[in-house]
Amino acid sequence: MKPGLQFDDAGRLRHLLTIEGLSRQTIIEILDTAESFISMGEREIKKIPLLRGKTVVNLFFESSTRTRTTFEIAAKRLSADVINLNVDASSTSKGETLLDTIRNLEAMHTDLFIVRHAESGAAHMIARHVPPHVHIINAGDGRHAHPTQGLLDMFTIRRYKGAFEKLKVAIVGDILHSRVARSQIHALVTLGVAELRVVAPKTLLPTAVEMLGVRAFTRMEEGLDGVDVVMMLRLQRERMQGAHIPSEHEFFNLYGLTPAKLALAAKDAIVMHPGPMNRGLEIDSAVADGPQSVILPQVTYGIAVRMAVMALIMGGASEPPKYRDAQMSRAAKNPQRAGGRR
Amino acid sequence: MTSAIDIEAAMTRMAEQLRPLLKRRPLMIGVHTGGAWIAERLHQQLDLKEPLGTLDISFYRDDFTRIGMNPQVRTSHLPVNVEDRHIILVDDVLHTGRTIRAALNEIFDYGRPASVMLACLIERDGRELPIEAQVVGEHMKLGKKEHIKLLGPDKLELRVQEVNG
Repeated sequence: MKPGLQFDDAGRLRHLLTIEGLSRQTIIEILDTAESFISMGEREIKKIPLLRGKTVVNLFFESSTRTRTTFEIAAKRLSADVINLNVDASSTSKGETLLDTIRNLEAMHTDLFIVRHAESGAAHMIARHVPPHVHIINAGDGRHAHPTQGLLDMFTIRRYKGAFEKLKVAIVGDILHSRVARSQIHALVTLGVAELRVVAPKTLLPTAVEMLGVRAFTRMEEGLDGVDVVMMLRLQRERMQGAHIPSEHEFFNLYGLTPAKLALAAKDAIVMHPGPMNRGLEIDSAVADGPQSVILPQVTYGIAVRMAVMALIMGGASEPPKYRDAQMSRAAKNPQRAGGRR
Repeated sequence: MTSAIDIEAAMTRMAEQLRPLLKRRPLMIGVHTGGAWIAERLHQQLDLKEPLGTLDISFYRDDFTRIGMNPQVRTSHLPVNVEDRHIILVDDVLHTGRTIRAALNEIFDYGRPASVMLACLIERDGRELPIEAQVVGEHMKLGKKEHIKLLGPDKLELRVQEVNG
């Protein structure tokens, strides 16, 4: 999975597959662009014509409410036409391959695919096979990456806490199964936070996680001490094969974020969670709904950040009309290939 | 090449043309970036009471699919509701008219103004759309390959450049 796949020959971002390989400058550009979309909320018409006439397909092979909905709203605010497909329920059950599904949707002149898939690398594989004018955004692939979640988390941190260089950040919980954690770590390291920690039981820490540039802790008391940002993760029971945690009750006692554990962090620390939350498992309701929680603003900012990503990758790319004309004229010169046309 | 145009004198001419319109309590809106600098100065010179608005038309450009996003998008800021108000739209150079087309579209997404009037520091040749300025600081005729640009914001300066293509 080479990150170079995300860029065109001129070095412009044309797919967003992973935060790995994005420069600090590119990340800041996305965050700044998102900032300019925030003010659209004050307008009579909350829509701009940037992607008018473009077709966006939300292609979800794995269920999601928040991510799919915010992508849909984001695309609609940019005036694109949006189609939502939950594929597990249709073609794949009839035996169609992933690439066949994509080729069929491509034949319907789709300009952007937003892909979520349970297999790591699915979005990369699709990106390798689409023609130059088609763009891909990875909306979560297996345990690998969820780049727009990582970016909206960075946007939220910047809004509440300002400069990254001064911040101590802790990512807490099921690091092992979390594509969100991986995207957050790449983004926070690239943006240069003062200190980045991961806190989890040994069974939920990937081996050699420290190679990514983080400090690993197995005790909340040490891991949360003095941090400015606490990023909770969802315990992904559906991805767990075998015994990763002794019991849910014990996990909550040791790693669940309660007001008492949060008190170890800096007084004005913010609490984040990518959702959906397991209340009473990784987070106590008193914290989730408490004054330090920015969990709902994360959802709101997700719209602006996804608008920014779409706007940046769709602008100034290879022109689809030329490509299509070339295809048609080739077909016209070669009547046998043009099928039943006379 | 720095242009010989006296910007201060041109802005004073604009202010004089705008003065009779002030009884309609117009809202002034400058187009980023040069238009906003001119609007700021006119706003001060005319002592307008309503706050100044600014527009970044990046999201309304008609060449987005060709050249992509402006790397430095600024936020549009219209502090007062435009509904049923008289608008004075200010830009630095009126050339093809495409910027103004985009600005008009954006203004209408904030509401339905009573009227929009266009005030430009420089009105040059090369229109590609049926758009004209009602208030002009200076008229100019330039070669097809010549491009005039306002530099600022502290000291305003007009520069004529040759462009390729």
